[in-house]
This record gives sequence, C-alpha cells and structure tokens, in this order.
Amino acid sequence: MDLYEYQARDLFEAHGVPVLRGIVATTPEEARAAAEKLATPIVVVKAQVKTGGRGKAGGVKLARGPQEAEDRAREILGMDIKGHTVHRVMVTEGADITEEYYFSLLLDRTNRAYLAMASVEGGVEIETLAEERPEALHRVPVDPRVGFTRAKADEVVHAAGFAPEIADEVSRVLVKLGEVYAGEDATLVEVNPLVRTGDGRIIALDGKVTLDDNARFRHPGHAEFVDNLSTDPLEREAADKHLNYVKLDGSVGIIGNGAGLVMSTLDVVAQAGADLPGSPRPANFLDIGGGASAQVMANGLGIILSDPQVRSVFVNVFGGITACNEVASGIVHALTMLGDKATKPIVVRLDGNAVTVGREILAEANHPLVTVVDTMDEAARKAAELAAAAEEA
Amino acid sequence: MSIFLDHHSKIIVQGMTGSEGRKHTQRMIMSGSRIVGGVTPGKGGQSVLFEEDPVPVFNSVRGAVAETGANVSVVFVPAAYAKKAVIEAVEAGIGLIVCITEGIPVADAAEFYSLTKGTESRLIGPNCPGLISPGRSNAGIIPANIAGPGRIGLVSKSGTLTYQMMYELRDFGFSTAVGIGGDPIIGTTHIDCLEAFENDPGTDAIIMIGEIGGDAEERAAEYVKGHVTKPVIGYVAGFTAPEGRTMGHAGAIVSGSSGTARAKKAALEAAGVHVGSTPSETAALMGEVMRSLRVS
Repeated sequence: MDLYEYQARDLFEAHGVPVLRGIVATTPEEARAAAEKLATPIVVVKAQVKTGGRGKAGGVKLARGPQEAEDRAREILGMDIKGHTVHRVMVTEGADITEEYYFSLLLDRTNRAYLAMASVEGGVEIETLAEERPEALHRVPVDPRVGFTRAKADEVVHAAGFAPEIADEVSRVLVKLGEVYAGEDATLVEVNPLVRTGDGRIIALDGKVTLDDNARFRHPGHAEFVDNLSTDPLEREAADKHLNYVKLDGSVGIIGNGAGLVMSTLDVVAQAGADLPGSPRPANFLDIGGGASAQVMANGLGIILSDPQVRSVFVNVFGGITACNEVASGIVHALTMLGDKATKPIVVRLDGNAVTVGREILAEANHPLVTVVDTMDEAARKAAELAAAAEEA
Repeated sequence: MSIFLDHHSKIIVQGMTGSEGRKHTQRMIMSGSRIVGGVTPGKGGQSVLFEEDPVPVFNSVRGAVAETGANVSVVFVPAAYAKKAVIEAVEAGIGLIVCITEGIPVADAAEFYSLTKGTESRLIGPNCPGLISPGRSNAGIIPANIAGPGRIGLVSKSGTLTYQMMYELRDFGFSTAVGIGGDPIIGTTHIDCLEAFENDPGTDAIIMIGEIGGDAEERAAEYVKGHVTKPVIGYVAGFTAPEGRTMGHAGAIVSGSSGTARAKKAALEAAGVHVGSTPSETAALMGEVMRSLRVS
C-alpha cells in the first residue's frame, strides 16, 4: 500500500525524522485556516496524490499568507494529475533550502535483500538521474538480517559524498528513516528531497512510503491508511467480502482460481476479443483463491454481474484444491438468488478436482444463461463473442 | 530421475496438526510421499492418524530429524509464525524446506531467505504450491492425480497455471514440477530450477511459466542463453495487467516499464525460448518438442 505524503510525514515524525509542520486540508477554507495556524510568512500548498511529478503538473505552489493559501488550494483541489484527482492538499511551513539530497531504502527483489540509495544531487527525478548520471546515485546493499544500522548509514553518507560538516547529522536522520522502514514493515521509504536548511538542519521535505500489506496483522494502526476516496465502489464491495478483485475497463467479467490462471485468463480473453467488433476486453480480475466454497463463488459472481460495464462473464476454474462441484453450486446459487435480475450470459470452463460432478450440477440446473465449454481457449472466444454481440445489440 | 525430491525423500510437516496441514498431509501420503513426522511445538509425543497409520508429532524440527532422519520439511504454519518455523528448519539442517504459507511479510521472507544462503538448505516458496516428482514423492499441495511421471521438467510462479499445464501435458508426464511462488522474495528461482533440470538425466525438456513483476524471467532468459542445452518452452501471464496494481500475487505488479509481460516474452524469445500465447498453445509447443525427441 502506497501512502500519501502527509501520511508518510506523520510516520516520519512518529519515528523522530525531522519534518516540517504540515496540516491537511480538503477545502480552500481549511487551507486558509491551516496557513493561519502555521503563521509563517510563506507556506507551501501541496497536492496529495499517489503519483510523482506533481510539481511539474502545477500541484505544488508557494503562498504568502492565508489568503494566497486559500487561492492556491482552490486551484489545486480537484485538479487531475496523471489520472489522480486531488482531494486533499497539505499546507506546510516554508523552508530556507540551501541544498537538496536524495535518499531511499527499499526492497531489492533481484538481490533478495534491501538496498539503500543516496545522492547529494536531490530534488530532480531520480529515474532521470539514474539514467543520465548513474555515478551520482550511490547504491549500498543492506543485509536483511542486520538491518539499516548506524554503521550502514555512515557507509551510505560516505559513499554519496556528503560534506563532512553535515555527515553526522545526515547519518542520524538516515538511521531514523531506517527505523521507519523496519518498524513499519515498509518496502519503500524514499525522501526526495532531503534538504539542508540555512540554519544547518537536515529535514525530510517530502516522503514516499510503501507498506507491506502482508504485515498488516502486526500493525493495527495501518488500517487507517486504507484509502477509501479513490477506491472503486465494486472494489470496495469485493474487499468487504474478502475477494481479490481489481476493476478493469472492458466488458467481459472474469472469475477464476489462482492469481496466475486468472491473469492468464485475462490475456486469453483480450487476445480472443482483439479481432471481434468493438474488441471486447476483460472487465476485471477476480481470483476466488484456493479451496473456494460455493458461497465465495456466489459472492464473486454477484459482484461481476452488478458491474454495469459487464456484457458477458467467463468463469475459468482448474480445480486443484478448489472443487468444481463447489464452483458449480456457487453459480447455480447466485443465479437463483438473482432471479430475473441476472441477464448476462455466463460461459463456464471447469477442469480438475470434481469436474464430473461440477459439470453434472450445471447440466441439471440447465440455466438458459449458462454455457459450458470444454477448453479455456474456446471458452474465452465464446465469452468475447457474447460480449461483442451484446455491445452491438 | 527428478530434481530436489525423489523416493528417498523423508518428509516432515511443520504445522501438521492444523487443519490445512492435516488435510494436505493426508493428500501427500495418498500420493506416495514418505511422511515421517509432524512438528507442532507443545504437541510432541502425540501422533496423528492418517487412515489407520499413526504419524508421530515432535516438539521441534531438530527432534524430528534426530528420530526420523527427515531431510525435507513442508511448512503450513500460519504467516505470523512462519519465520520462526523456517528458521528452525534451517538451523536443524533440513536440506529442502518447502514453505506453502501465504501472506508472510516480505521482511520475514527476506530474513529467512538470507539465513539459508551459505547453508545446505534449499528454500522453496514462500506462498507456493510446492513440488511434485510424480510417482516418487510430493511435497506440498499439487494434486498428484493430474499427471504421472515423465520427462518434462516444469517451473512456475503460479500454482493453478502449473496444474493447467500439467493437465494439458498429462500424456507426456513430468520428472518434477516446481511451483516456486509469486512473492517478491522467494528461495528458489527459475534459474535454480533450470540449472537442476539441465543437469537431471531424467529431464528431456523444460517448460517455464512466468508472470509480471520483478526481473526473474529476464534473468532466466539470460541463463538459458548461456547454460541450457535442453529445449525450453515458455509462457508468461499478465499482458493485460494495468501498471501499479497487484494482481493477486504480492509480487505481480508492473511498475514503470519494468516487469511487463511483453518485456519478459521478448527476453525469452531473444534467448531462443519458444513462448506460447495461451497455456494450450504453450502445451502444444511442448508436445511438438517431446514428439520430435522421441523420433530422434
């Protein structure tokens, strides 16, 4: 889970990382009140979106006093930045910046360890720096069993070439950032820029934090970071029912078991639809998981059928642990519950565990909306054709 | 022949007394695996009946190894305790640790994976279906009745795609099928399996299934180019996955231009690997390879 800057700021502060005072506002009036409270000659109004490049997009603006803060917030709130609507701004005190640096600590999948990166040339886009001047970005591997210690921080500071008079203070701040990483089960802690102020302080001026969802059980406080504003209503309903669902923009609803098989199903449907009228594509990703019950299947089908964009549905299950009779019962159950409200055709392909019983259940129910097809490729084709036909009608 | 697992493998199950552990231990026994014990701290001295046969429970992995000579452990311990369980298995010198548990924090996986480095222990997973050498042994949750023994080696991040591919190629059979898991940090990679299959006289051809996220497939492609002489057929899932959204597996996320299915397919094809566009087409490519090997 990616955090907003203001959430990262709060976590930083809780772990003793020096940050600027900042107040979140959702209306221009709140932004004005925030600037009044901060009471500094200059404040900065920053769009809170989970994407980079906000500055370039006009999402970060200086304001002299409360009135300007209100005006700037009015411009920024509601703005679209790379597909993200701005619902909140953070108003922070201004800072007297003399130098900008870069620091990050992240999970390094390739080396199956952690990686610290630092540069004394911060403030620019780090991807650009890494590409154009790779020698300016220093990488230091971190052993997960040892963690990001003071010695490691000193190594990073030395490698990146921080000036001697600030080395100790930078190192101290990096250790605190390392505590955020380990203490919060983050997979990314990035500060760009980390700044030096006129009075010699080192401050995290921005923060990007990604938390490990798998570690939620040991951080009950992380639940409050779950973002409800930008989440699709169908995704919210699916999450309530503990379904692994991602909304996409096509018209063929997809249900399957196992992340890999469902991803593959999306691809096969997209391929099958490519040369049909309107090129129907998958409407969603939905993995009912291993060993799913009839109820889970029925919940999943209910969500897919309530998606107004869906024109046809493809249920693709290879029963390993999941039993095909449960899947079939779930389909029949969902259709019985929905009655006349179910109007979209459903193509079903079952194989594996209890496939014979599963197919028998569907044959016996003999529901007019359900078509059973033997192979995955043929079933994908059928589902795409049905979606294309419904779109034309 | 097979890789990592054969009829000599003596398996213990960590978490055997839990519901998942018990269910899958039963399945493993039914498929011919030698299950010599279970480990549940505090339940040592008890035994669990499978059909009529009692399987002893030990308090510790070390105790189980001392009594039974176990060399494989399958871990079903819940995510919150899995790190402790895997570390215990490594410290007891278990040669093959198969961690089925899903939802393990990546910091825990990073820690126990790094502990296995420089030891004799091979970790498979976490969050994986395990591995099967059909007709010899089965360590994990891959159903044993999908396909029998044969000469194809399979390595896959995904469980259900493993099942699907085994089903499509059931007429040929498998030396070993390994589900390595889709988490960001896993113990055994595509490359480890490619190397083992290349060296296994019982494997004639290799099928490699990947998915979006990370650069494991790209690196495997490099490895194939330099080190693998046996035919390799590939499949990659996730062409339609949008950027920045995880598709079920914690590791299946496309960020920026890296980790896309397109890039992985291109890298594999550049290494001379034929990549199918659907699981069925991939299986058909492998079928052709196996038939041509029989003729020659």
